[in-house]
Amino acid sequence: MKSQVRCSVNGAACSFEVPPMARLLDVLREEANLTGTKEGCGEGECGACTVIMDGRIVNSCLVPALQADGSTITTIEGIAKGNVLHAVQAAFISHGGAQCGMCTPGMVIAAVDLLTRVVNPDENQIREGLAGNICRCTGYTKIFDAVREAARLLASTP
Amino acid sequence: MRGDAHAHTLVAPADLDSALALLADNKGHRVLAGGTDVMVAFERGLLRDARLISIWQLDELRGIATVGRHLTIGALTTYTDLIESSLVAEHAPTLAAAARDTAAVAIRNRGTIGGNIANASPAADLPPALLVHDCEVELRSASGARWVDYAGFHTGYKTTVMRPDELIVRVRVPLVDAPMRHFYRKVGTRRAQAISKVCISASVRRGHDVRIAFGSVAPTVVRARIVERELASALAAGLLSTEAVSRIVALGVAEARPIDDIRSTAEYRGRVTRNLLRECLMSFVA
Ligand SMILES: Cc1cc2nc3c(=O)[nH]c(=O)nc-3n(C[C@H](O)[C@H](O)[C@H](O)COP(=O)(O)OP(=O)(O)OC[C@H]3O[C@@H](n4cnc5c(N)ncnc54)[C@H](O)[C@@H]3O)c2cc1C
Ligand code: FES
Ligand code: FES
Repeated sequence: MKSQVRCSVNGAACSFEVPPMARLLDVLREEANLTGTKEGCGEGECGACTVIMDGRIVNSCLVPALQADGSTITTIEGIAKGNVLHAVQAAFISHGGAQCGMCTPGMVIAAVDLLTRVVNPDENQIREGLAGNICRCTGYTKIFDAVREAARLLASTP
Repeated sequence: MRGDAHAHTLVAPADLDSALALLADNKGHRVLAGGTDVMVAFERGLLRDARLISIWQLDELRGIATVGRHLTIGALTTYTDLIESSLVAEHAPTLAAAARDTAAVAIRNRGTIGGNIANASPAADLPPALLVHDCEVELRSASGARWVDYAGFHTGYKTTVMRPDELIVRVRVPLVDAPMRHFYRKVGTRRAQAISKVCISASVRRGHDVRIAFGSVAPTVVRARIVERELASALAAGLLSTEAVSRIVALGVAEARPIDDIRSTAEYRGRVTRNLLRECLMSFVA
């Protein structure tokens, strides 16, 4: 069984002919060739596959393709504006928030989502916002620093 | 090993009646709401059902409203919806507390109250809160609808009173019409993303109208009737001393009868149950 799944991905109208139970993660990586979204655990625990769907972050490994029909999706590839990095991406670079990079796309998406919901998050709100994203390299401290810096950058740019 | 997407069909009916008509076929359809349990089973190669019905698109199953003397909550209400709702904060504060302690943001954006109830895990986090709020569940099928008392919904480990042709469409709890104190606390391997090893939820209304529920300790979520009775009479007599708390805690651990399973041991659960119950009761002393 295949279904037609139409959605907007990073602003582009897309149409995929896929099994309805295909994971959104695989559709993005293999059909749309957007390999920035990573697979870690495949079961909702690690956050490497995080994307924004209709304004909310979701684990794309747990979304069957058919449920993305009609939705608007933003992946890590849609976070920078052309060559201009998002404040979160810039701060991850300047603060050493990425090492191997496996968790980074999901971390960045979760951080962007947090900063759209909470303008100036405190330590607890940052931990809470990123609690669904596991990093095996950085020890998190540099990631939290980066998010605080991104919040400052966003607050100082009109 | 991961399930094969080609081995399953999934359809997304446009409205509730069409979904119920499919379920009435009795062809063994599995409902898929936010997928945070079903897709994990799929990933592990444990999803046995060949035919699935998505209900995520059925907006008629969303929404939180006061109707008469109840707060009604649609089955597709997510943890995030519960946390963001001022009505839930006012009339089901224990449920809001439970939602805040569940999983992490991305799961809370997809996991639903209906899925948490229907999945019937004894370790689920909303059920203990639903029990202390005297929740009722509306089940609907092509042949009709019925309200069932949530206290009688779970009949054993992962078994419920729900028929295969039925859907949970909404739940309701009585409006809080008098000051209510409440307590909710779960203990798992870590704060986020962790399944509970022990969870306690409690409420006290009108001074001594008490509800206490345990999650994760027994094959189903359970009301702690003995603790409730003892606590109510101590509160009614104005005698909730630290000695009374110790006595009731001991009764509570005996009543909970914690089990050994993959997530924890009976011994550890017994100790955590004792500590949590003490913390819970002490919060009502003040
Ligand atoms: C990483 C991770 C962390 C988690 N953490 C927690 C946690 O802290 N606490 C907790 O309690 N749970 C947790 N869960 C489990 C899960 O998120 C919840 O049980 C969630 O509420 C399930 O809802 P859903 O809509 O995603 O269900 P689905 O996966 O869509 O469905 C679950 C089951 O319910 C049935 N179903 C769903 N909706 C209905 C309905 N309306 N009527 C009848 N049957 C229905 C389905 O057929 C299926 O059997 C976690 C899961 C993951 C992956
Ligand atoms: S790959 Fe989706 S959460 Fe880990
Ligand atoms: S940078 Fe390697 S997992 Fe986070």
